[in-house]
Amino acid sequence: MTNACLTFRDLTLGYGSHPAIHHLNGIVRKGSLTAVVGANGSGKSTLMKGIVGVLKPMEGAVVRMPGVRTAYLPQQSELDRSFPARVVDLVSLGLWPKRGMLGRYTKEDRESVSKALMAVGLGGFEKRPIDTLSGGQLQRTLFARVLLQDADLILLDEPFNAVDAKTVGDLIQLIKRWHGEERTIMVVIHDLDLVRQNFPETLLLARQPVAWGDTKEALRPENLLKARRFHEAWEENAPWCEPSGHDHAHDHGQDHHDHAHDHQHGSGPRAA
Amino acid sequence: MDFLYGLLIAPFADFAFMQRALFGSLMLSLGACPVGVFLMLRRMSLSGDAMAHAILPGAAAGFLLYGLEILPMTVGGLIAGIIVALGAGAVSRFTIQREDASMAAFYLISLAVGVLMVSIRGSSVDLMHVLFGTVLALDNEALILIGGIVAVTLACLAIFWRALVAECLDPLFLRSVSRMGSPVHFIFLGLVVLNLVGGFQALGTLLSVGLMMLPAAAARFWTVRVEPMCVLAVLIGFASCIAGLLLSYHASLPSGPAIILSSGVVYFCSILFGTRGVLRARIVHHRHRTA
Repeated sequence: MTNACLTFRDLTLGYGSHPAIHHLNGIVRKGSLTAVVGANGSGKSTLMKGIVGVLKPMEGAVVRMPGVRTAYLPQQSELDRSFPARVVDLVSLGLWPKRGMLGRYTKEDRESVSKALMAVGLGGFEKRPIDTLSGGQLQRTLFARVLLQDADLILLDEPFNAVDAKTVGDLIQLIKRWHGEERTIMVVIHDLDLVRQNFPETLLLARQPVAWGDTKEALRPENLLKARRFHEAWEENAPWCEPSGHDHAHDHGQDHHDHAHDHQHGSGPRAA
Repeated sequence: MDFLYGLLIAPFADFAFMQRALFGSLMLSLGACPVGVFLMLRRMSLSGDAMAHAILPGAAAGFLLYGLEILPMTVGGLIAGIIVALGAGAVSRFTIQREDASMAAFYLISLAVGVLMVSIRGSSVDLMHVLFGTVLALDNEALILIGGIVAVTLACLAIFWRALVAECLDPLFLRSVSRMGSPVHFIFLGLVVLNLVGGFQALGTLLSVGLMMLPAAAARFWTVRVEPMCVLAVLIGFASCIAGLLLSYHASLPSGPAIILSSGVVYFCSILFGTRGVLRARIVHHRHRTA
């Protein structure tokens, strides 16, 4: 397909020899807005890290559309809050894709920083040291940085943590605006009501996709039940996954049969 | 007036060795203090100390082969320092072990090798010289070397400033937008080694880290931004060098410790009186606004 922003080819991501994302196939359309939903440990954050490239695939590949600029808001930021920086310094890092390491910040750049802060409701916070921000304010500051990155592909990993209800509304509006601007957005999120109301597409994960496509379809009760039965723990002595696994009659759990299944049908967002 | 002149100016005006010592130590402060600020902000203050010890075997090797010559000892120190910095940095980047532990392991091995080598050669006077240096005996060669190190340091800091700040402030973000993360970390470790080696002829391997860390640690109590912090650290470094050299001249004290102790005094004053120091936080009664 030509309008795929992201293509997962038999993607397996994990830690040690244990997969957290297991043989994922499919595409994320350019301009789509996808919620990534699943239980703890179902591989949502791992998938994000794999897409950004901070985690190398154990097998398979993530193919990004050439020239795509990515912005990533991690769930657990490695931000050092004791670092002597002001809000404006932190947000200005979002200019990196535009200015790089050496480019000077222009007057417009500074204005766009202020605008980004305004958009997340933090107008006038420019000079505040970052160690005086509340948890939610910091999260919004990071959102402003994503805004400034002006990326085509935006990955948000649980962006609404510690954010009050009113601000969640504001941030959702921001996401919708991005969606309107034909940016591709994937959001890891737990609040299913929020997903049903605001996200056209959903990827329901339990190490492999349980459902992927139109939100109403994907979040049907039987799918949710299936996702809930997902076994979170690694099994130390789980059998090795062989590339030709589905040809043989292995009896090592349903995981493999499922992935073999997806493999043949080529999963992906089936709904438009 | 004459008294002040005699106290503050005359030692530098009358003696060439004092001028060299002043020039050399001021240059050292210019490079080492900003590096120290970043070392502190990266919570690697003690790594600087470890690196300083790690330089010893290289300097000792140069000393064993060529005697008390500055160039071989410096090059040797540089090589040893870079091996330890890269080794410890690589272990922490590519394994689960944190940098503090890998650094400790590498520097202790290195230090043991160094002491062993110096003791093969013989007298403890030699060891004292390597460990404590002598700022009053800086020759032209040494001054040129220090000048080169300062130039390289300031150039690197200017070029990699934004990446360095990003790597300290939010390393994961830097990794997501650029591949500069690892290179900038190693470049920074290289700068640390370079400045320690630059300082070790003047201040000795043990104390050269003092001129790096103490002004930086003192500056932390005065400001909440990186740029002013670096400038302030350099100024504190300058003041310590001048005060230390004068102290050493008038009271016949060893110059290295006198310089470091001067910055130690500034450090304690900063703890007490700094805008973010103890007294202001405890004693000054803050009024607060309504919002």
